[in-house]
Amino acid sequence: MTPDSLRAALRGVPDPDWLDTALRRVAAEPTAITRLFPAAGRRCGRAALPDAPGWTADDAARVLLLTALPADHAEHAEALYQHGDAAERRAVLRALPLLPIGAAGVPLLHDAIRTNDTRLVAAALGPYARHLDAAAWRQAVLKCVFTGVPLAVVADLDARADGELAAMLAALAAERHAAGREMPADATDLLDRLTAHSGGTGTVDRPTPTEA
Amino acid sequence: MRIFDPHIHMTSRTTDDYERMAAAGVRAVVEPAFWLGQPRTSAASFTDYFDSLIGWEPFRAGQFGVRHHATVALNPKEANDPRCRPVLDLLPRYLDKDAVVAVGEIGYDSMTPEEDEAFAAQLALAVAYDLPALVHTPHRDKARGVERTLAVVTESGIDPGRVVVDHLNEVTVKLVRDTGCWLGFSIYPDTKMTPSRMVELLREYGTERMLVNSAADWGRSDPLLTRATGEAMLLAGFSDDDVDQVLWRNPVEFYGQSGRLDLTDLDVAAVDPQTGNSILRGGS
Repeated sequence: MTPDSLRAALRGVPDPDWLDTALRRVAAEPTAITRLFPAAGRRCGRAALPDAPGWTADDAARVLLLTALPADHAEHAEALYQHGDAAERRAVLRALPLLPIGAAGVPLLHDAIRTNDTRLVAAALGPYARHLDAAAWRQAVLKCVFTGVPLAVVADLDARADGELAAMLAALAAERHAAGREMPADATDLLDRLTAHSGGTGTVDRPTPTEA
Repeated sequence: MRIFDPHIHMTSRTTDDYERMAAAGVRAVVEPAFWLGQPRTSAASFTDYFDSLIGWEPFRAGQFGVRHHATVALNPKEANDPRCRPVLDLLPRYLDKDAVVAVGEIGYDSMTPEEDEAFAAQLALAVAYDLPALVHTPHRDKARGVERTLAVVTESGIDPGRVVVDHLNEVTVKLVRDTGCWLGFSIYPDTKMTPSRMVELLREYGTERMLVNSAADWGRSDPLLTRATGEAMLLAGFSDDDVDQVLWRNPVEFYGQSGRLDLTDLDVAAVDPQTGNSILRGGS
């Protein structure tokens, strides 16, 4: 998703003039974003955008506000996240891959993944999660399975899932089965794909003590 | 029976309470910022508390089908602690948040000069941010506290129709009834008000501008006393529509003045007064 396609998808919101004015204002006067960012949900609504699957109007509008900043994107993103409610934090997380900030937003991903708010955990595992190291990424994927977040939210899931993640999933499956509980179907499918790919269960049976 | 509890401190309640509340018909709550039993020692402690009121607690409530909004303020008790006064400077950023539907709880605890100052400053914030105000009335010296409260409200210039004066009882209701302010009643197991005493006040003063809450918190309290009050009203001869007005439409109207109350997609069944059938009508 690019800023241009989000902009196009937002044409039908209740108050498009508000957004146009807000974007121009943020470009000229960056500190204005402090009050415009929380107001975006009230002015643009929170409905799903038909032309941008997986996006709501408030998320898209806030992402555009961040991309409209002329400079210091990382600093603004951090401040808006720290001072934001859950919806604002989710929008900051979704904006990170569209901002010229390199890996500077990684601490925000760590914060989001520490929460038990599934909206934030899910938002942290989008394309920007490529900046997470392997251990943190695996833990986050496992947390999705634990908390019922669909694995479809995880960017690059199959490309990045490895034998270590398979071992962690297998250990969780064993615990669940011992307790008479089910694994989510998407996690079982992922485990099946990983074990089929590795040609056996060799790596799956030995979770490493440091990461299990 | 659909219920909107306009004053309840869910931070102090368990998930068992959310389950029981949802089963009893509670679909929406407002959680006012207040003190936590243990006095706080810095503004940073309030930041975490306020963040929870607009972050984690709405998420927790949502898992049980309950919509959660909040009011934010420096409470009167802690307004007396100089270490907590910087909270006043933090408030503007929270008053911009979607889930914040009023400034509160403000008002008096011991009626000190520090409380005077914090109360007036926060009423001014309510005006500046176009938000209603939730005003706590003191437990001690209550009648004089209510009189002084009403004088400060008048002096602030806020529209009385955007103020609820809370924790009223048989004595203090008389002072507030004709001011144009909304009247809040906290139904407790055996202190502030009880369901049967509440029914008597509704008989005497009518159902307009009346808000009934459980004010449940970390003390002895019961989040289902809103429901119990609705049932006591029905037993006393009030109609389903009267109960719906007091327990749903009144709080929706009061907090709806913020322009921020979001009751979309709630599973809210109401009884159509014309047909007696159960109907869905969202936030109306």
